[in-house]
Amino acid sequence: MLKLDNVHTFYGNIHALKGITLSIEKGEIVTLIGGNGAGKTTTLRTISGLLKPREGSVTLEGEDLIKYKAHEVVYKGVSMVPEGRGVFARLSVMENLEMGAYSLKSKQELDKNIERVFTLFPRLKERRTQVAGTLSGGEQQMLATGRALMANPRILLMDEPSMGLAPVLVELIFETIQQINKVGVTVLLVEQNALMALAIADRGYVLQTGEIVLTDTAENLKKNPMVQKAYLGVE
Amino acid sequence: MKKENIIWSAVKTGLIFGVITIFLSFVGMVEVFSKRDVVEHVITLGQFVLLAAAFASGLISSRGTLNPPGQNKSLPALTAGLVAGLVTGTLLGLLVFAIGDSAEPALRKIFLNASPSLYQLLTIGKGAGNYWVMPTVGAISGLLGAAYLLLPELLRRPINRALLVVVFMALFSGLFRVVFINQGPGMEVVAKFLFGQTGLTVAGTLIFFIGVILIALFWNYRGEQIQSGVARLPKSGQVSLRVATIALIAFVALGLPLVSGPFIAQVIVTVALFILMGLGLNITLGFAGLLDLGFVAFYAIGAYTVGLLTSYGPFGLQHIPFWVAVPIAVLVAMGAGFMLGLPVLGVRGDYLAIATLGFGEIIRLLAGSDFLAPFFGGPQGIIGIQKPCLGTLEPFLKVDVPRVCNGIELGKPQDIYYIAVASALLIAFVAWRLRESRLGRAWMAIREDEDVAEALGVNLIQTKLLAYMLGAAMAGLGGAIFATLIGSIFATSMQLLVSINVVSLIIVGGMGSIPGVIVGAIALIGLPELLREVSEFRYLLYGMTLIIMMLAKPEGLWPSQATLRELHHSDVKAETKA
Repeated sequence: MLKLDNVHTFYGNIHALKGITLSIEKGEIVTLIGGNGAGKTTTLRTISGLLKPREGSVTLEGEDLIKYKAHEVVYKGVSMVPEGRGVFARLSVMENLEMGAYSLKSKQELDKNIERVFTLFPRLKERRTQVAGTLSGGEQQMLATGRALMANPRILLMDEPSMGLAPVLVELIFETIQQINKVGVTVLLVEQNALMALAIADRGYVLQTGEIVLTDTAENLKKNPMVQKAYLGVE
Repeated sequence: MKKENIIWSAVKTGLIFGVITIFLSFVGMVEVFSKRDVVEHVITLGQFVLLAAAFASGLISSRGTLNPPGQNKSLPALTAGLVAGLVTGTLLGLLVFAIGDSAEPALRKIFLNASPSLYQLLTIGKGAGNYWVMPTVGAISGLLGAAYLLLPELLRRPINRALLVVVFMALFSGLFRVVFINQGPGMEVVAKFLFGQTGLTVAGTLIFFIGVILIALFWNYRGEQIQSGVARLPKSGQVSLRVATIALIAFVALGLPLVSGPFIAQVIVTVALFILMGLGLNITLGFAGLLDLGFVAFYAIGAYTVGLLTSYGPFGLQHIPFWVAVPIAVLVAMGAGFMLGLPVLGVRGDYLAIATLGFGEIIRLLAGSDFLAPFFGGPQGIIGIQKPCLGTLEPFLKVDVPRVCNGIELGKPQDIYYIAVASALLIAFVAWRLRESRLGRAWMAIREDEDVAEALGVNLIQTKLLAYMLGAAMAGLGGAIFATLIGSIFATSMQLLVSINVVSLIIVGGMGSIPGVIVGAIALIGLPELLREVSEFRYLLYGMTLIIMMLAKPEGLWPSQATLRELHHSDVKAETKA
């Protein structure tokens, strides 16, 4: 469904992605694990059009994504849950969700999606008039996820949803990711928490300093000695 | 140990207020204020300032002793108030000593304002050697400040209101007097009974003070009943009540210039023009978060466009009617917003502020430059701008002979008042609709996080440019009306200070809030305009107000719903946690 082929992205003169090639099939959960500065977020920003690669191609079901501007990519069915959640702190929960549906044209669809998000996250319904900045970290993550779902994505890009959350909440969020996936949304999950990510993912890629060094099914990655040593803390 | 702390902090508070009052005396403010009275022949405004300082120092230092509240601690509170007031007063007493009783005080060689009349003032006219006056008065005021704080809430609030109303009435008593006297001999008696030449009369003071207290007490006992009575009304009743309120406001607004005379009308027009600019900047800054420090440029462009299109002076290009020139001016300002927006699209935050600052200065310098003087008049400006005419101006385009308006010419400030107020209301409505629109949401999303907004499908270029253009259009409308009000424009009136004023009024009113813009414009533009007598100290007071506002009420006088919600919910959260 989503394919990256030999993608090179630069920050000024810094060569951040050095030829990333990966593919995600419809209905999968694929995880991208790696340490700080490996290029995980850069990969997501390249897919969503916020960064333009100097070389290589990004295609969604055969259609070139690079030619679209960042604000047009969402219309192609790509939604992002940004790193650090990125909720609109001074807008209410409802307004945040409405912003998520900015790319939709019909009001009915918006209402339908809000209902769907509220069923997924009843907590958000309770707090719908509250300003997002006053939500707890877990609630903000729910809101960021719900907001991304408002645009009816075909593929959801999630950037470190576990960051800064208590273990209980991390589990809750990951359960929700599985739920979202079951209703037909493909997920690309970027994580430092490799243990949790590999537990729910179908396949995984290991990213080191801008290059993919390893790819396999999640099961095999969990058993891989290199992954165990570097990312799972197993000696 | 504890007691010492209380005394020491009271002394500190007293010292701070003492130093402030000495400063105000040395810059001459107390003396100038003493030309005005709060209550005629009883207390001057200058004396009132001194008393208020001692009162405030007593109040603040006694508030420190009441923490945590609950137990009865009236004795330490009163002591603290007394000490603080005494210290403030003593400092003023020392000032009296320092000035001395000679006709040409030594201190005056350095501080011009340490004059014999200040000496008279600080001894309440008692003359030589009366150093004890200020400490005594200060101690009493400090004690009163503390006592005031100990009053039950039920009494404190009415007194608070009453004091505010009396001071307000006293400050503007001259205006009220003139307005009342203009209404005929019947009103003249009332006016002279309530308002003196320089302040309220004793009778007026008592009437206002007691009247406000009675109303406030009545509202305390019956307010809830009335409110619930209104809430119980059937829907049609509520609607008609609201219609009646609006009709009343409209009636006052329509009738005001008829009774107020040109001065007040002109002040209100100025306020309305700043409201227009404030609403415009509120879109770029308040909604979209794009700080523009050169906002006066659009005001200037609006004003110059109308000037060039309608002036009979040497630089008038055309003589088209005001009503046609204004929409053109708005469009031109909009275009200027676009031109400014394009190069600074990628510039964020502080850098944007500096870039726009440059833009504002460039426009002002160009307009006043010799280089472009053949087009914009340079330092001479553009004069002879046509007044709006309700009726036809024939022929439509440029003619060499001045034409007569065969209808009603709206020349006086009272006439421009209607145009300005109507425009401000219209634009406030437009701003409100924009805020609730999809575009408004997109602006606020950009303000919060550009990248996320873009990822959600917001076209940054388009949305930001629209913010600049619509903001500029509103400021342009303000400038256009300004040009016709004054009848001439000079580049020197397009100072950076105007931009700063607009930013300040938005911040003081409450960022992103439409009623906040209106309240901010009245507070920062209207009040200083009305208090022209103290204009020497206008920016001193202005600066003090800004600092106090930012410390005491950073969310603004009338914060937007979002800010309120934020505050409200943090309270709720704190409760549930406890």
